[in-house]
Amino acid sequence: MSLFGRGLASQGVAQPSPLTLLAKEGRRVIPVSLVNDQEFIALDDLAPIFQLTVREESLALTVSYKGKLIVLTSDQGLASVAGKLVSLPAPPTRAGRRWLVPLEFISRALAPVYDTRLELRKPSRLLIAGDLRVPQVTVRYEPVGTTARLTVDATPRATSTVSQDNDRLAIKFDADALDIATPPLVPFPPQGVLQAIRVLDPVTLGVDLGPRFAGFKASTQPVDQTMRLVIDLLSTQTQTETTQPVPPPSLPAAPAPDLSALNQPVSAVRTIAIDPGHGGDDEGAKGDNGVKEKDVTLSVARRVKASIEARLGIRVMLTRDDDRNVPLDERTAVANNNKADLFISLHASASLRKSAVGASIFSVAFDQAAEETARLALAPERLPTFNGGLRDIELVPWDLAQIGHIDQSIELATILRRQFQDRIALSPRPVERAPLRVLESANMPAVLIEMGYLTNPDQEKQLAGADFQNALVQAVFEAVLKFRDALDQGRLAAAGGTP
Amino acid sequence: MTLRSALAVSAVAAVAAALTWLFFVGLPRWYGGPAKAAAAPAPVQVPAGRKIKARLFYVAADGSNLTSVERDVAYGEGTAGQAKEIINAQLAPVTEPLLSAVPPGTTLRALFVTANGEAYVDFTREITAAHPGGSLDELLTVYTIVNALTVNLPAVSGVQVLVNGKEVDTLAGHVDLRRPLAKNLAWVQ
Ligand SMILES: [Zn+2]
Repeated sequence: MSLFGRGLASQGVAQPSPLTLLAKEGRRVIPVSLVNDQEFIALDDLAPIFQLTVREESLALTVSYKGKLIVLTSDQGLASVAGKLVSLPAPPTRAGRRWLVPLEFISRALAPVYDTRLELRKPSRLLIAGDLRVPQVTVRYEPVGTTARLTVDATPRATSTVSQDNDRLAIKFDADALDIATPPLVPFPPQGVLQAIRVLDPVTLGVDLGPRFAGFKASTQPVDQTMRLVIDLLSTQTQTETTQPVPPPSLPAAPAPDLSALNQPVSAVRTIAIDPGHGGDDEGAKGDNGVKEKDVTLSVARRVKASIEARLGIRVMLTRDDDRNVPLDERTAVANNNKADLFISLHASASLRKSAVGASIFSVAFDQAAEETARLALAPERLPTFNGGLRDIELVPWDLAQIGHIDQSIELATILRRQFQDRIALSPRPVERAPLRVLESANMPAVLIEMGYLTNPDQEKQLAGADFQNALVQAVFEAVLKFRDALDQGRLAAAGGTP
Repeated sequence: MTLRSALAVSAVAAVAAALTWLFFVGLPRWYGGPAKAAAAPAPVQVPAGRKIKARLFYVAADGSNLTSVERDVAYGEGTAGQAKEIINAQLAPVTEPLLSAVPPGTTLRALFVTANGEAYVDFTREITAAHPGGSLDELLTVYTIVNALTVNLPAVSGVQVLVNGKEVDTLAGHVDLRRPLAKNLAWVQ
């Protein structure tokens, strides 16, 4: 999809997309180069922008800014920043006559000594200098009967106006720029009410309307730190198209999905993200008889999706639905951008001890320091804006988003364990907490299930078979149902993220 | 600013730069560089074969915990020097019933300890390439290294694992290694 091309991962392409520097004075592009899978920028490019002086010495590079010193060495991923040691993902590297430094040089070395705020948003390819309003904008598209709904979230809050100009809607935000990372996942039907969503200018999105468009209704509502704009697109046609997946034959016949759910009270669990671990060249753990973790996880994920969608009417999205290596950040980004209410990552274990068997359910654990920093940051800070007002700003680092949901994640793990108990073997450590990378940035209750050990020959056979997989799917199904009911009846603490 | 004060400022900056270079570039080279660089003149008289006692960590019989054993480890000069000896002892091949959670063939490339007690431990690529995978095994590998340093060296408060001189996200797709990790005895029997 060409819309929002800037945010799409440029995997396999030698030249990564450049950084866009946003400042009060305007914007400019800073080239990025890829060396050994690591993204670098040239000190030559940074020096004139940020008034840096770069000097090369026998074993070190010194970068000075208004008398403050950053010392880099050519062979270590460490830098001394005004006397304090910080780590960088890689040492500087030379390209011809130019010195290249990892992108993180900006956030970890330059930002601490720089006069105004520097914010590097690596996934969005943005570098923001000074207090600019650059909300993260996500767009979600849902077909609702014969109409369609667009949900446009801007975080931190930014108001917007919607206007129609012939066959296009323009959504203009009150902001300095937009940070748009992910296109809506659902492809638009060719003859529907809309055809494409595009960026018209730095603060305006355009919605190209389709032949069946008959009118629209727009409303806005603040949700936590987010300003949510909902646009209902009305259709001239009344016929319904359904694209429900067919459940695999091994599952009990399911009743047709209930599409009248719109009239029922809104449940706390409407969308679930299931993450089949590994994929593509990352095969994960492997059994002696050749069963691969990446295949087991995908097979179970598809069964979970079929079972839950058919019987609970909850939307289930998979972070991958084929044999593909998806970066960990992208997996949680799919869940976050689609406002999933639960995130479940599926894995199968390996052990050096062949005797090890059984399932474990993990929720995240953070280092105490990280947890404290983020908990403090959860208290929204009010910052002055250009026009004299105050605005809320969310300061929790995006990659620690899970911190606001830890209690519910532990609760989900406990409910899963109870459902697993009588159905499949549990490991001696059935419920655990650990610093698992894929869970940390999930902005909803999230767990990782290690279903069993591929290194144990009996379990390898089980994990690959329909009996075990269906038993596990049934347990996940029951647990989701119990968790949803507990949430809906207010038996669990209100959804996290806002204390 | 007068010419004289400008000169004074630049002199201070130059001294600061030299000191920064010494602490940051010079010292790690003496204490922490790759093994071949360790032939620098020894500043302290250390009796040959001097040992300390250290706790090393291995996979327990149930496969889902670590177990610790006390071993003699060569004496090393300073925190970084001792940390290197402990890691090398932890990486040494063992026989049953001991089983190492660190993949065979892994060796130490370099080790640095920062002023605030964070140890950066740089391994060869075998630590990821030869890793069998799985969250639990990955946790055991990571906490073998983290605990070997934090349990034996009070000056080390956190450990970050590097591979081939670079930061890594994970070893095999599960445990976050982007930040230094603190001691965790919950994984030890
Ligand atoms: Zn896995």
